[in-house]
Amino acid sequence: MKDRKALAENQMFVAILASVASIAIGLIFGSILLLILNPSKAGLGISAILTTGFSSLDQFGKVLYQSAPLMLCGLSVGFAFKTGMFNIGATGQYTIGAFCALVGAIAFQLPWWMCLLLSFVGGAVWGVFPGLFKALFNVNEVITSIMFNWIGMYLVNLLLANMPIMLASAWGASNSDRTANLAQANPGAMIPKGGLDRLFGDSSWINISVFIAIIVAVICWFILEKTTFGYELKACGYNKDSARYAGINANRNIISSMIIAGALSGLGGGLYYLAGTIQYVLEKKTLAMGFNGIPVALLANSNPIGTIFSSLFISYIQVGGSAMQPNFSSESTDIIIAVIIYLAAFALLIRGFITKLLKGGQKEEVKE
Amino acid sequence: MKVAEDYVIEMLHITKEFPGIKANDDITLQLKRGEIHALLGENGAGKSTLMSVLFGLYQADQGIIKKDGKEVKIKDPNDANRLGIGMVHQHFKLVECFTVLDNIILGVEDTKHGFLQKEAASKKVMQLSEKYGLKVEPDSFVSDISVGMQQRVEILKMLYRDNEILIFDEPTAVLTPQEITELMEIMRGFKKEGKSILFITHKLSEIMAVADRCSVLRKGKYMGTVNIADTTREELSRMMVGREVEFDIKKKSQEVGDVILSVKDMVVASKAHNNNAVKGVSFEVHAGEIVCIAGIEGNGQTELVQGITGLEPLKSGSIELCGKDITNASIRERSKAGMSHIPEDRHKHGLVLDYTLEQNLVLQRYWEPRFQNHGVIKSMEVRNYAEMLIEKYDVRSGQGPVTTARSMSGGNQQKAIIAREIDKDPQLLVAVQPTRGLDVGAIEYIHSQLIAERDKGRAVLLISLELDEVRSLSDRILVIYEGEIVGDFDSVAMEELGLYMAGAKRKDKKEAAS
Repeated sequence: MKDRKALAENQMFVAILASVASIAIGLIFGSILLLILNPSKAGLGISAILTTGFSSLDQFGKVLYQSAPLMLCGLSVGFAFKTGMFNIGATGQYTIGAFCALVGAIAFQLPWWMCLLLSFVGGAVWGVFPGLFKALFNVNEVITSIMFNWIGMYLVNLLLANMPIMLASAWGASNSDRTANLAQANPGAMIPKGGLDRLFGDSSWINISVFIAIIVAVICWFILEKTTFGYELKACGYNKDSARYAGINANRNIISSMIIAGALSGLGGGLYYLAGTIQYVLEKKTLAMGFNGIPVALLANSNPIGTIFSSLFISYIQVGGSAMQPNFSSESTDIIIAVIIYLAAFALLIRGFITKLLKGGQKEEVKE
Repeated sequence: MKVAEDYVIEMLHITKEFPGIKANDDITLQLKRGEIHALLGENGAGKSTLMSVLFGLYQADQGIIKKDGKEVKIKDPNDANRLGIGMVHQHFKLVECFTVLDNIILGVEDTKHGFLQKEAASKKVMQLSEKYGLKVEPDSFVSDISVGMQQRVEILKMLYRDNEILIFDEPTAVLTPQEITELMEIMRGFKKEGKSILFITHKLSEIMAVADRCSVLRKGKYMGTVNIADTTREELSRMMVGREVEFDIKKKSQEVGDVILSVKDMVVASKAHNNNAVKGVSFEVHAGEIVCIAGIEGNGQTELVQGITGLEPLKSGSIELCGKDITNASIRERSKAGMSHIPEDRHKHGLVLDYTLEQNLVLQRYWEPRFQNHGVIKSMEVRNYAEMLIEKYDVRSGQGPVTTARSMSGGNQQKAIIAREIDKDPQLLVAVQPTRGLDVGAIEYIHSQLIAERDKGRAVLLISLELDEVRSLSDRILVIYEGEIVGDFDSVAMEELGLYMAGAKRKDKKEAAS
């Protein structure tokens, strides 16, 4: 009994256990769904989701590659959360970031790190609007950032369609519905592989982006936990009134945190598209990556270090999902991935449940 | 056990443990039918925990509860309700955007084909309201009614559910003196009806006035039960605190020094209505004096403080602190200029409840070079400073500096705020109802701290609704009525003060400016 109580008080332990438990529940539900959709191939599907990521070095490279932008979008959402803001605009900031990086790479022939810097700035610019509207006019940031998702997506499509140099057709390919392949347009803008490709059996996916993302995560953790700036941001997030009472400029913090959140998402967009393996396709839908940042952040309880692991997990599931393609339609794979991610985001709910269970049905809060 | 005693509720040998604290240690409480039974104890003594066990919010680790002599299990408030136990919580549990009637019937609504049937409920509420003299407006929204009426709504909620055992958790903490008298009358009415009342409080005068018996808790332990008729205030306080308590504050007389705070023709807008809440107030506070602003709640005190501390902008007028104009200064600039502020609402303003104690203790000075280096917090320095304050001001908590502020008792939360504000070594200390909702021991402590500041030659501006506090602490009393200062006294009789507070008397401007 004593041990269980001690465990229940160990916040870290409970948080990790809750995340693991919710992941397990998500996987169980996903499996049930597979059984319903295609009973004969369900076994294959489940094993695809669970094992693909580790099945080959190439696939594992893909997991790492995809986790980098996910991690940054998760950090973006989590950072804003800590200041009490719900940044649902990560996808817009991500799109603008990707656009800025690609323009730098293709139109201006800049080196990769300059392009990343551009994506960082682009995302920050897109993040500042919801922050400004919230701080100056108290407009709910959810509404503004959703609008800016659509504005961002259409703006990027409009600009790209009118910048022939950006499109693949200008660089020797036939299609004009996507941006140029960086290998042809500007190999110097591709994020270096740092020798990792040899380590990963010539995987075409792997590059140093996941390490950049991890470094950024550690920096975020440091800012939030160790600096006066982070102290102020969190104070605003927890209790805006007492932050004001302590002389903290809440409005300035709202704007700063949205700038940082935007910059993180933007950098994510840069990392994804500067790998050179994916080209930006002009489509009339917002990119899912930014939205996936929300479950990544939730699963990690907005903790930057936790975000590293939650993004790796979600990336792993996504890679597994795409390996199910021949047996399951891409729509049903999407549904299954969504179910797993959705349930995985129940971590908070399950956290309370675990604490209750460990304490034997008592409430957490201490009164008097 | 004597057979003759008719106990409606018995809590026998209740033990309840929380991380780091044994909140209830073998406590026995026996409530007779038709009595008013007071439960007395300092903050953190375990009163609320014990009541939460009775109301089903917590489960006891050990011990049993008996209703009418039969053992019962109370797993949640619904069980408590079924047994006829009702509770008015210290912080009301009302839905702000619902009407009074909706709040009363919430959870026990009558429905017909899924539609609400309110006529019968409305009639019953009005009957109860008349029978017990609980005046409410059933169709008003809770957000629009006074705190006193909100409490009457909570009481009606219990009566509507035909509860026989009524728990009042510190019901007078939020009431004006007149409302307290009314509440006492209402409680006596319930007693006549044969209802049993558990009255949690730490105000001895109220216990002496209304209770039949009183059980005392100290630091989670049961100290005994006494008949009020056979006891005295002094004995009760000794049981509660464990030592003699000074009721009269000893204050040495001293010469006042220079003007520290000077407020001229201050006007502050009201958020509630279109009129100004503070209408051209002027006064001065000198070094080495406690100036008290007395008045009935809602006469502009809150806005006056917000204007002085910078939480709200002034419409007109000016403020000087130590000869420096701070009319348009930011909150941080005022803090740097030597102003400390013990806020009215410690949960809303005073603390970041989800921060740890040490994080809260540096809330006003984390930016000082002492605690940060190029924006990086010196965590060792913060820890040492927090431990020093905790030691010096006797702030008690489960896990020391890393305790979450939310989990601390009200008295210790307030002590933490006072430690933080006084240790800043301010020129001016603005204290707004610093003892609200606290127990005798904590009040005594806070009063002694305020006087120590005064004796050190600091200026103290105290805003209080408690007349005893006003009278015993202040060197000078300003009475505020409807946003204006209507009286300025060095000393004054209580009755006289009451007349000014009610707006029945006022000194004219020239005289008041003194």
